[in-house]
Amino acid sequence: MPVLLPLMTIIFLLLNFRQRAWQPWIGLTGALLQLALSVILAIQVNRNGIMVLHTGGWEAPVGITLVVDGFSSIMLVLTSIIAVSISIYSIDAVDRQRQSFFYFPMVHGLLMGVNGAFITGDIFNLYVWFEVMLMSSFVLITLGSEKKQLTGAVKYVTLNLVSSMFFLAGIGLLYGKTGTLNMADLALRFSGSESNILINTSAVLFFVAFSIKAAVFPFFFWLPASYHTPPIAVTALFAGLLTKVGVYSMIRFYTLFFVQNQLFWHPLFLWIGGFTMVVGVLTAASQYDIRKILSFHIISQIGYMVMGLGIYTVAGIAGAIFYMAHNIVAKTNTFLVAGLINRVTGCYDLKSIGGLYKVRPLLAVLFIIPAFGLAGIPPLSGFFGKLILISAGFSAGEYVISFIALAVGLFTLFSMVKIWNEAFWKPVSGEGNKTDRLPASMIIPVVMLGMLTLLMGLAVKPMLEIAENAAASLLDPASYIRAVLGSTHINP
Amino acid sequence: METLLAIVIGILYAAGVYLLLRRSIVKLILGILFFSHATNLLILVAGGLVKAQPQFAGDASLTINSTDPLPQALILTAIVIGFGITAFALALMYRFYKSTGTEDLDELKEGEHK
Repeated sequence: MPVLLPLMTIIFLLLNFRQRAWQPWIGLTGALLQLALSVILAIQVNRNGIMVLHTGGWEAPVGITLVVDGFSSIMLVLTSIIAVSISIYSIDAVDRQRQSFFYFPMVHGLLMGVNGAFITGDIFNLYVWFEVMLMSSFVLITLGSEKKQLTGAVKYVTLNLVSSMFFLAGIGLLYGKTGTLNMADLALRFSGSESNILINTSAVLFFVAFSIKAAVFPFFFWLPASYHTPPIAVTALFAGLLTKVGVYSMIRFYTLFFVQNQLFWHPLFLWIGGFTMVVGVLTAASQYDIRKILSFHIISQIGYMVMGLGIYTVAGIAGAIFYMAHNIVAKTNTFLVAGLINRVTGCYDLKSIGGLYKVRPLLAVLFIIPAFGLAGIPPLSGFFGKLILISAGFSAGEYVISFIALAVGLFTLFSMVKIWNEAFWKPVSGEGNKTDRLPASMIIPVVMLGMLTLLMGLAVKPMLEIAENAAASLLDPASYIRAVLGSTHINP
Repeated sequence: METLLAIVIGILYAAGVYLLLRRSIVKLILGILFFSHATNLLILVAGGLVKAQPQFAGDASLTINSTDPLPQALILTAIVIGFGITAFALALMYRFYKSTGTEDLDELKEGEHK
C-alpha cells in the first residue's frame, strides 16, 4: 500500500522527533521501502493488468476504490525515486532548525498525498488527497518563516485554495447530475448518455482547477512567484511532483470520462499547451536567478505534456507520459544542482557567479546532464520525449503546435546555455569563490538522477514500450471500467 | 428553497472574490472562507433538497423519498478540511504580521526587490 507506508513513516518520525539525528535516517528508510514497493507494484501491473482494491469491503460504485493501472504505477515509481533522492539531499541541504520542526514528517505527508492522488479511483477521494498534499506543501513552503518565504507562501496558499474550491464545486455539481463519484462508474454513465450539455459545467470547473494546480498558461502566475523562496530541496520536490499531479489528474479525467465534445477540448488543449510553452520559455529567457529560470521552465515543460493530451493518439499520450517521466527526474535534478551551485558560491544570481568550470569541473558535468536533457540534446532522455511528441503531432496533422514545440526546444537550449555560460565559463569576477567542501549526501542524489536521465535516453525502447502500454490502456476506458466494476456492469 | 439558496451561493461567491482582491491579508483569508462556504452550499443544493425524514441505515422503508446522505458526508469532510486550512491560514497571517509588521500585501512588493 503506497499510501500506508508514508503514513507509517510519519508516525515513526513523530514518535522520535526528539532524536533529531534519527530523523533523516527514518525518512530515508521510509522512502527506500516505498521505492521497493512501488517497483514491485509496477511489475505486477505490467504483468497482470490493472489492480483494484475496494477499501472497507464495499463494492465499486459505493465504496472508495484504489486503482493502479500502467500510468499510475509509472508515476508511483517516479515519485518514490524523487522521494529517495530528496531524502538523501535534505540531510545536509536543509538546516537543523527546519529539520527539528517536522521537516521530514511533512515531506512524507506530501508523498502520501501525491501517491494517494495517483492511485485513487474516486473523485472526492482525489480531492482529499489533494488537500493532504497541499497542507504538507503549505507547511514546507512556510517552514523557517523568512520574510521572503512568507510573501511567496501567501500567493501559493491563496491560489491553491481557490483551485481546490473550483475542484470541489465541480465534484458537487457532477455528483448532483450523475449520483456517483466513482471514476469508472462516471465513465460508464457518460458513455451511455448523449446529453453532454449536463457535464460541461463540471468539465470546465475541473479544467480550471487542474490548470491552476499544473500552472498551465492563463493560470501560471503563482508558480514563479513562490517557487524560488523555500530552501532548494523543497523547491526541487515541488518542481518534480506537485505540478505533475495536476497534469496527471487532467490526463486521467479527460481520457477516462470527459470524452465527449472532443472537437472543443482537444484544440483547446493544443492551444493552451502551445501558449504555455511559449510564455514559459520566453519569460525564462529574461531571468537571471537560476531558480527563477528553472521555475519558468517548469511552465513551458508542462505545456509539452498538455500538448500530448491534446494530440490524443496513443503516440501522443505515450509521449506525454514519457516526457513527464523524463521531466520529473531531470527537473528535480537541475534544482538540486542549483542547490550545489549555491553551496559553492553562496548565491543564485547568474550575474555574480562565474568561472565554476575551472574550480569545479565535476559540478559542470553534473549540471550539463540534466540541463541538456531538459533542452533535448540527443543521447539524453529529453530528446526522445520531444521527438515522440513532435512526431506524434506531425502524424496527427497538428503542424502548428509541432513547430511551436520545436521552436520552444530551441529556446530552452538557449536558457540552459545561458546558465552554462554565465555560471561555468564566464571568467571569475572579482571576489574569490567560497570553497567549502560539498557534502557527499548532496552529490549522491544528483549523480543518481543524472544516471537515470542518461539511462532513460539510452534505454529508450523498453521505456517507450511501457509508456505506450499505459497510453493504450488510458485510451481504452472500457478496460478500466471492467477492472473496477466487474464485467457484469458493462452492458447496462 | 433552491432559488433562495442559489442566490445566497452567488452572493457568497461574489463577496469572496471581492475580498480576495483586497490588499489586506485578513480580508484575503475571509474571502477564502466565503469561497469554501459557498462551495459547501453548492454541493448541498446540487445533491438535491428533499423535505422528508432523515435517512437511517438499515431501514429499507425510508429509502424512498428521503435526502441522499452522501452530499452531506462530502460537506462534512470539506468542512473539516476547511477548518484545518483556516487554522493554518490564521497562523500564517500571524507569522506574516510578526515578521513584516504589516498586513498590507502591496507594501511587500518593494521588499521583494531589495
